[in-house]
Amino acid sequence: MPPGLAKPAPGPRRSYELVEGWGMAVAAPARVLRPRNVDEIRACFELARRDGVPLGLRGTGNSYGDASVNAAGHVLDISRMDRILRWDPATGVAELEPGVTVRQLWQRILPDGWWPRVASGTMFPTVAGALAMNVHGKNNYVAGTFGDACLEFDIVLPSGEVRTASREREPELFHAAIGGFGMLGCFSRVVLQTHRVHSGNLKVKALRAGNLRGMLDLMESRRATADYLVGWIDAFPGGAHSGRGLVHAASYQAPGEDPEPARSQTVSYQELPPTILGFPKADVWRILRLFNNDRGMRLINAVKYHVGRLEAAHGPRLQSHAGFAFLLDYVPNWKFAYGTEPGRRGLIQFQSFLPQAAAHDAWQEMLARCRAARLVPYLGVLKRHRSDPFWMTHAVDGWSLAMDFKVTPENRARLWDHCRTMTETVLAAGGRFYFAKDLVLGPEAVARFLPARDLQRFLALKRRLDPEGLLQTNLSRRLLEPLAAGAEGR
Amino acid sequence: MAAPDSSTQQAAGGLRALVVGGSSGLGAALVRQLVREGGRVAAIARGGDALESLAREVSGEASRAGGVLFVHAHDVRDTAAVPALFETIVRELDGLDLLVYTAGIMPPVGRTEYETEKDLDIMAVNFGGLVAWGNQAAQLFRTQRAGALVGISSIYGNRGRKGNPAYGASKAAMDNWLEALRNRLAGEGVHVCTVKPGYLSTRMNAGREGMFWVASPEQAAAAVLQAARTGANVRYVLRRWRVVGTLLYFIPSFVFRRLEF
Repeated sequence: MPPGLAKPAPGPRRSYELVEGWGMAVAAPARVLRPRNVDEIRACFELARRDGVPLGLRGTGNSYGDASVNAAGHVLDISRMDRILRWDPATGVAELEPGVTVRQLWQRILPDGWWPRVASGTMFPTVAGALAMNVHGKNNYVAGTFGDACLEFDIVLPSGEVRTASREREPELFHAAIGGFGMLGCFSRVVLQTHRVHSGNLKVKALRAGNLRGMLDLMESRRATADYLVGWIDAFPGGAHSGRGLVHAASYQAPGEDPEPARSQTVSYQELPPTILGFPKADVWRILRLFNNDRGMRLINAVKYHVGRLEAAHGPRLQSHAGFAFLLDYVPNWKFAYGTEPGRRGLIQFQSFLPQAAAHDAWQEMLARCRAARLVPYLGVLKRHRSDPFWMTHAVDGWSLAMDFKVTPENRARLWDHCRTMTETVLAAGGRFYFAKDLVLGPEAVARFLPARDLQRFLALKRRLDPEGLLQTNLSRRLLEPLAAGAEGR
Repeated sequence: MAAPDSSTQQAAGGLRALVVGGSSGLGAALVRQLVREGGRVAAIARGGDALESLAREVSGEASRAGGVLFVHAHDVRDTAAVPALFETIVRELDGLDLLVYTAGIMPPVGRTEYETEKDLDIMAVNFGGLVAWGNQAAQLFRTQRAGALVGISSIYGNRGRKGNPAYGASKAAMDNWLEALRNRLAGEGVHVCTVKPGYLSTRMNAGREGMFWVASPEQAAAAVLQAARTGANVRYVLRRWRVVGTLLYFIPSFVFRRLEF
């Protein structure tokens, strides 16, 4: 070797890390490969093949459960391919490398008067991850899911072939890979349609309801006029107050309504404040940790509900797009309030999607069961959805309720049992689940909530495009493989 | 799923540790000490022979204490090989709690010698290797939100001496890089520590004149482990060296250039 500072090896960057789900309740060490171009994506497939192990696809790891964890092999992390390839402020069409984050996207397009058509509750997911999990925002009922905003993508198949898919060209691949949680190939280019806005602000109105029926009615009454709707519920009180909470309804400003859109559309205007009640934000989770127990969270939820009265008494106020959309980013690392031991302590989110008619009764039953089991979610979030054409979708014409449960080594087994019971209630009511959040379902639940036709054609496409089963994750081994084995046996 | 849990590992005394530059001097002393505590230890050095004899020497002690030693021949200038070797080692240790970078060279440099290749070779071994190994460790440690990275620097990094410009620069680079990593990773459960041993009675210093306040490699190894466990930022092995090290920063240049330190 010549003296001097040596050159790195060719090929994708490589490290050995602990790869965890965002909720921290699952983690596994793995070789993480970070390709920088399509050739290196192919090289990642080859490396896994040569080592005889499966490859799991990962963006920035914002799925709550095990969707981007791979305990049996390597992980391909797409986040280094993060260039914005083309942005057209005349049409609002963005052509992106797969590792571009929602954050990069909005920061680039908002000054030109555009906003992502679908924005997840956190700005850190990559567009590839958002597409693979087909994520949604608080406007799912009007704007659809992330896949609905996608015009076209390139995908690298396990064979190394790159295919381009859109609604017109390869519609099967288009509707299967979106929401197909990285089972068919690795996105290498994503084209998105964004949404025209005329201000960096939204008009936000807060409303309060004393129980779940009131919450659903409030949201329904605003559905035709609001551009975004989100409900927060306090899951602690029972009886007549079960499911009480606050609704936030937001609307875009009309052209001319904002006298200074050039100012409100700047990135600096959108930035979230650096302190909360005077505390530096980076350390706020340490304070939250003190309250991260049943008594503390009962208190915080109650305070939030009662303070909400003041907010609800107020007329609509202006809030920045980023401030409204990315609620989860308000307190950095807030999840550490649940613990900092990967794989042992953390949270799971149990998000169930129910048709319009069945939602209320099923959730009241589930909330009552949570209280009886003393496994009460620390956070409950309601959203309105609509159905979409993607094969593996979670979306229904109805509602979703997301419940955050604390996971500890002590409560883990009991919590999983509890979720199994709730799953039964959801399935019996004709509900669905969402792979970006899940860590608790079994394959039989998936076979029940997905229409048999969609599931079978997805499994068939998986067999065709990935005959050796190269692309796998903990999630796919938990939910998909048993079904694929069953389908082959038939 | 076995999540790494450094606290229980440390409580049991048995660290999972990697010593880069573990065949002689401070590195070898560290390996002995870690194995004696029942640790799962990997040692890396350029020459395989010294490692093999170290492995033979400690094997009895290791099995008595419940520890185990793995050895690997590796030239730290071969940074391209680091990611694969790092993974191999973490797998065989079943996780990693501590990485100590103690590889270093200090070839004599003549008073009128200005040799680019030689100088950059010193940088490659002392600093380039640290960057390659430290970057791998940082990625594992921050994702498991636990772990300690220790770099063995030198008081010679505090000022630019006449004696060995590249050696001093490599140590100054280590100091700055380690401090930056310490600050980067402080909020993520990872500890980064800089150790400045002062004079040690090791092969690197064999035959060297004018040494004083000399510590043994064993003393230095104990100080390194203590620093890693207690979360020290910058540690001098003998406390009086801290005084010297601190004073060095305050000597004005026109005085310093007249010293033969």
